[in-house]
Amino acid sequence: MRKLALNDEILLKIEKPARYIGNEVNSVIKDKEQVNIRFAMCFPDVYEIGMSHLGIQILYDMFNRWDDVWCERVYSPWMDLDQIMREEHILLFALESQDPIKEFDFLGITIQYEMCYTNILQILDLSDIPLYACDRDESDPIVIGGGPCAANPEPLAQFFDLFYIGEGETVYEQLLDAYKENKQNGGSRKTFLEKAAEIEGIYVPGFYRVTYKEDGTIADFTPVNPHARPVIRKQMEKDLTNTYYPQAPVVPFIKVTQDRIVLEIQRGCIRGCRFCQAGMLYRPTRERDVETLKQYAFQMLKSTGHEEISLSSLSSSDYSQLKELVTFLIQEFKGEGINISLPSLRIDAFSLDVMGKVQDIRKSSLTFAPEAGSQRLRDVINKGLTKEMILNGAGQAFEGGWNKVKLYFMLGLPTETEEDMKAIPRLADEIARRYYEIPKEQRNGKCQITTSTSFFIPKPFTPFQWAKMYTNEEYIARAAIVKHEFQEQLNRKSLKYHWHDAEVTVLEGVFARGDRKLSEVILEAYRLGCLYDSWTESFDNEKWMNAFQNTGVDIGFYTQRERSFDEIFPWDFIDIGVTKAFLYQEWQRAQKGEVTPNCRMECSGCGAMKYKGGVCIESKN
Amino acid sequence: MKARIKFRKYGVMRFIGHLDVMRFFQKAMRRAGIPIAFTGGYSPHMIMSFAQPLGVGVTSDGEYLDIELKEETDCKEAVRRLNEVMVEGIEVTDFVRIPDDKKSSGMTIVAAASYLVTLLESAKSADVTKELPDSWKAKAEAFLGQESIVVLKKTKRSEAKTDIRPMIYQMNLKPEGIYLFLAAGSEQNLKPDLVMEAFMGFLGEDFKSVPFHYHRIDVYARQPGGKNKFAPLNELKETKE
Repeated sequence: MRKLALNDEILLKIEKPARYIGNEVNSVIKDKEQVNIRFAMCFPDVYEIGMSHLGIQILYDMFNRWDDVWCERVYSPWMDLDQIMREEHILLFALESQDPIKEFDFLGITIQYEMCYTNILQILDLSDIPLYACDRDESDPIVIGGGPCAANPEPLAQFFDLFYIGEGETVYEQLLDAYKENKQNGGSRKTFLEKAAEIEGIYVPGFYRVTYKEDGTIADFTPVNPHARPVIRKQMEKDLTNTYYPQAPVVPFIKVTQDRIVLEIQRGCIRGCRFCQAGMLYRPTRERDVETLKQYAFQMLKSTGHEEISLSSLSSSDYSQLKELVTFLIQEFKGEGINISLPSLRIDAFSLDVMGKVQDIRKSSLTFAPEAGSQRLRDVINKGLTKEMILNGAGQAFEGGWNKVKLYFMLGLPTETEEDMKAIPRLADEIARRYYEIPKEQRNGKCQITTSTSFFIPKPFTPFQWAKMYTNEEYIARAAIVKHEFQEQLNRKSLKYHWHDAEVTVLEGVFARGDRKLSEVILEAYRLGCLYDSWTESFDNEKWMNAFQNTGVDIGFYTQRERSFDEIFPWDFIDIGVTKAFLYQEWQRAQKGEVTPNCRMECSGCGAMKYKGGVCIESKN
Repeated sequence: MKARIKFRKYGVMRFIGHLDVMRFFQKAMRRAGIPIAFTGGYSPHMIMSFAQPLGVGVTSDGEYLDIELKEETDCKEAVRRLNEVMVEGIEVTDFVRIPDDKKSSGMTIVAAASYLVTLLESAKSADVTKELPDSWKAKAEAFLGQESIVVLKKTKRSEAKTDIRPMIYQMNLKPEGIYLFLAAGSEQNLKPDLVMEAFMGFLGEDFKSVPFHYHRIDVYARQPGGKNKFAPLNELKETKE
């Protein structure tokens, strides 16, 4: 019988012991004596969140297909167990073997959002791995970072031995082979890192030196080790159809956020919204073959027993075989009691038809993400959605029996005026008016239009990476303007308004475009007790403010400045394909309200063409 | 066709709660390709009911769930297919056909459950047991000899003083542990830890500092015929052919 890292007394005392025992269907057990490399894959948040992440399932499957590697999983212990582990000096362990992470060759951490940074330190701390990479020795695992936040790894630079920049399917094999070879030759940690630094896409932060100007911006960013590359090229899997995909993903015992089969239908997005980082990072857009996806659906349902299947992509409506795939899923599985969940599709006749087939119209709602209230501002962000499209879509849906609509907007976008803010409630009201145009006897009671706003955060590698942000007070003031305007609307009783917290926005903004100086702030916040910052119940802004104060780091430097064209950004050493010149051109077009066509309409010469994949070569085949 | 499945729960699976075991079996039915029947409507669900919830930490050799099948299914084959898709810690031990009528369903006929309670060296591990003190045996007779054993029984909403003596059908002390045969089901239900709490109180011991492990042996229905005749649920099968 498997021996657990935690004793019965602890497991019966904490919430949801199933988070820590492993043993799930499709989890992989290997003989540790028979493998060369032990890899601990970590999502630095609670089990239910981490287990819902597709990327980890892809990598877990890929690593475990290799005979010489055993990949296991580890997540953040919840706060109750965190406390017990500290009191009783229990080392953090991997779910499968229940062995301490400290004994592994690698600890890979996926970095999905900025507010998990203190959880990364918790993982290292509970594993008894020195927090700073420079303090680690031969007994410690190599700590690798990856995922979207690795697009600007600099705030975390001191805590990681290396970062894998881009998609995981490409050079991990090379990296692990280099490790194995180095180990066989009796090489040291340092010699491995030097070999790793030579692999395309691998960034070893310890091999670079950053100097700053008097104003705090970067003067120079240079390799100081001959093995380090001056520019790190983002990794991209060209052929999504013939690559790794987990056909037997791990099935958790407890209900997790994404408790279903996920079919990733494509990667990337043709749209080019100027605020969207994923839209630039994952260029060029690549589709997965529809016949392959159909096979995956069969195999995954069989291997997991899940009762729901969902599609994943940044913009499903742009998948060229969507109709074929969705029709197939409904015909094949609906009768078997399998739910089919459709990600927010563009509202048109087709999507309304399939939504009507797979969900209860009376209970479900339609989702629109206009992101900005006025057409002027939607052009600034290159959203490519007009008021007519929204009203027509909503109108068709209302006539089809729906009466609930969800709208998503951002406040604080570049060039936003009070008129733009007020346009949000007005648009919501127009949608409600459209509903009440339907004769009373034909409609389904009152309509319910729910509007949510979040605050815009400029992200690296987007046309808005030069933009300034605002203060807490200013964000709240903007939300108040929207709220007041809602009260002025004719159909205000059918309209609901929610807005997101501003304090977290400011912090996310700091870390999104932060530099190496922020490592100290993160460490200080962690020492002050910050943990699970993405959870409202545990987020403590005061502690964060103290951390900035104690380290003398100025928030305004990161959020209040509009950057100039010639500023060297902390992430400039990464080449994602899309050029800085293209992004700057887009930044200027944004300010003039000029829209840019999407990748299928016309190539705008963003630079991603050099990967010679996906939409960039589609028409030329 | 209706069927009753008997399974064991042991090892690390004792930390998986009742609702999650239900979810586990729903997915297992699909993996094993058991032709289970569904309810109608927009969100159809499997026709499946569990007999008697088992607390987290408790192991069992006698867990039951009843299912309805869309088509005739070979019982031996079903056991084999289910065990192919189980995890370590859950083992299907029986699959029997039961009568189609409502009054035979697992939930309603449960009347008793048997347990083995072991004394542990420490609460840290259920694997290291120790022999019961000899002195307990004599005390157990006196404990059971009481006219009533009143305890504070907590439910989700309230607390009430209850006499549990009538719900203890048997209590036998052996060197390896205490065998309990207790009322179970919707009418009267007694959990083994409540008995041990009362017994420890009777011995003058602090219940919280005496570590026990609870193991359910089986779940029973009343036999038609006699009030005190019980049979394990999987013996109430329909014998066709």
